[in-house]
Amino acid sequence: MQFFFEVLIGGLLSGVMYSLVALGFVLIYKASGVFNFAQGAMVFFAALTFVGITELGVPFGFALILAFGAMILLAIATERVVLRPLVNQPQITLFMATIGLTFLVEGLAQGMWGASVRGLEIPGIQDEPLEWMMENTGIGVSKFDLFAAGVSAVLVVVLALFFNKTRVGRALRAVADDHQAALAIGIPLQDIWRIVWAVAGLVALVAGVMWGARNGVQFALTFVALKALPVLIIGGFTSIPGAIVGGLIIGASEKLGEIYIPPFVQSTFGLETNLGGIEGWFPYVMALLFLLVRPEGLFGEKHIDRV
Amino acid sequence: MKMKKSALIGFSVAAALGASAVQAADQYIGLPSYRVGPYAAGGTGIFGGMIDYFQLVNARDGGINGVKLTWEECETEYNNARGVECYERMKKNGPTGNTVFHPLSTGITYSVIDKATADKIPVISLGYGRTDASDGRVFPYIFPMLTNYWSQNTAKIKFIGMKEGGMDKLKGKKIVNIYHDSAYGKETIPVLDAQAKMYGFTVKHIPVAHPGNEQQSQWLQVRQEKPDWVILRGWGVMNPTALKAAAKIGFPREKIVGVWWSGAEEDTIPAGAAAKGYISAGFNVAGTNYPVIKDIQKHVVAKGKTNMEDKSRIGSVYYNRGVVHGIITVEAIRKAQEKYGKGKSITGEQMRWGIENLSIDAAMLKKLGAEGFMPALKMSCLNHEGSGLVKFQQWDGKQWKVITDWIESDQKLVRGMIEESAAKYAKEKGITPRDCSKES
Repeated sequence: MQFFFEVLIGGLLSGVMYSLVALGFVLIYKASGVFNFAQGAMVFFAALTFVGITELGVPFGFALILAFGAMILLAIATERVVLRPLVNQPQITLFMATIGLTFLVEGLAQGMWGASVRGLEIPGIQDEPLEWMMENTGIGVSKFDLFAAGVSAVLVVVLALFFNKTRVGRALRAVADDHQAALAIGIPLQDIWRIVWAVAGLVALVAGVMWGARNGVQFALTFVALKALPVLIIGGFTSIPGAIVGGLIIGASEKLGEIYIPPFVQSTFGLETNLGGIEGWFPYVMALLFLLVRPEGLFGEKHIDRV
Repeated sequence: MKMKKSALIGFSVAAALGASAVQAADQYIGLPSYRVGPYAAGGTGIFGGMIDYFQLVNARDGGINGVKLTWEECETEYNNARGVECYERMKKNGPTGNTVFHPLSTGITYSVIDKATADKIPVISLGYGRTDASDGRVFPYIFPMLTNYWSQNTAKIKFIGMKEGGMDKLKGKKIVNIYHDSAYGKETIPVLDAQAKMYGFTVKHIPVAHPGNEQQSQWLQVRQEKPDWVILRGWGVMNPTALKAAAKIGFPREKIVGVWWSGAEEDTIPAGAAAKGYISAGFNVAGTNYPVIKDIQKHVVAKGKTNMEDKSRIGSVYYNRGVVHGIITVEAIRKAQEKYGKGKSITGEQMRWGIENLSIDAAMLKKLGAEGFMPALKMSCLNHEGSGLVKFQQWDGKQWKVITDWIESDQKLVRGMIEESAAKYAKEKGITPRDCSKES
């Protein structure tokens, strides 16, 4: 049972890391109704820019600010070059534009900072088990994972306040509902998009630093976006708390699935082949099941078209 | 497509002098490199080292018997389809077509086996690719040179045996094989199983889903299994993630032995302190303290011609592996020229003869400035591997330190498996194996 809880806790904490990436998708989707395919590339761009700046001798905190500045510039450029010409175009057009943006941002990051793999350490936070917990329960819970959970919690609270309690947040929701109507009542669409892409850039920076500290800053950071998709399907594309809950469900289920499903299938069907390594596709099966039962996700808005 | 300045100059001069002059002066090599995308770190290092060696031969020696090397890069992003496209695009370039193809990807290697065989262009897959292609009777144009995956794995078990105090001490030991869940990762499972039976140890294979940036479940299983050793068969982000996860469960890094695609600075630096003590196999070593690297620094780097954007990577594992690629390519061309005419451009078919008759012994390694840098090798029609030697290195927290001499692989076991697998392939494809006794 102790092993079960260790896997479960580890999975929940891994899920928080997925949620960090999923949050960026939610922000853009809320503001424009577009699935931003480039979010993974933005995570990579942000982390590589941050590490590149620290390599120039800039202290950690200041480098974070400068990297956020770079994300704001990227947001402004994206709004000016990609989004503005596509106002009122079908959402699929905007989605396709974000696919193009993905390759551009990936190439830009490697062009600016090179293709080398870099290490990243968050000062004072080690990826090692909490000693007292290990001694008292035998369960290993990483200090780093707990720190990531704390950071995510703060981000969720800040973003929820931003969306629900500020004028910008309300304007943002209006833009998401109808671009043209929002423009008609005087909401500055371009400003809103710049702001929301900049905030998504901040989320990408936080996710990039956390994932970079865990696995190194390298191109593979773009792959973490793949795990955010099932998180969004389960949590709902428009819900910030949904991104967190979806992440927890995916994290816990994929870890428990990886440990317990292959041996169960092997023993039940008497198979000798190795069935492990299901973590890559298992979250998508979970997401598919959710789509069948609750297509809008746990916290998503039910879309009703009047005929 | 990216073309190096030297190659462009080469082609311009060739155009000015006329085609006949080109044929006497150039040896064209099409390089399917990857400088962007997920594996750009490996691509820039290895192709950078290879190109720097070509530049050295041109600058220091005036080429090979007066024949200047020219090259052209084609970006694959490590993508099979693009690799094949690059192969097709470059195969007829240069005065005699592409001399040799270095896919630097097991996937691209598999994709071009039939095409390269039909086009008579040798494919060198140095330390990767299709293991049973070591049987040159069935795969006349494919060269998984130096040491293939199966050989490497037997050397790894030998190394573990040495650490345990003898091969007989392996009995009753437990080894966990953490592998990338792909054709590459699964390639060594049969040989490990065979060795487990042979030496009486148990082996548990634990797959990691691509790309490998999440390994918590796998390492919790390792903690449950309590193995004596872990073999790490990773690639890319899977490697630092594995080392960090091992640290998290307290598994000693000194008991983890990686394949050479898990043994570069790119695999350890991102893992930080968690990588200290980790061991990996290698068919080349890191460092700049070798005459061949010093020559590159003198004739290429000092003159501002290095292909490496980041000069601190000169002497790294990947860079030096690129230099090994360069040495083998150049020496095979030189060998082919001995038979087909010194100072002349050779064809792909002639290059195959050059590779199959290539022998780099200890004296030649010394002459090349690569003593201890790479293993000696002797190729043949029958044996497209040529060496089977492996060194082991350990990460001391800052750099790789070589901890063994060259360790021989178990060719008795490996060769039997290779011939069996190659024969099966030949039967499936309707290939009649060459009679090597009739090859001259």
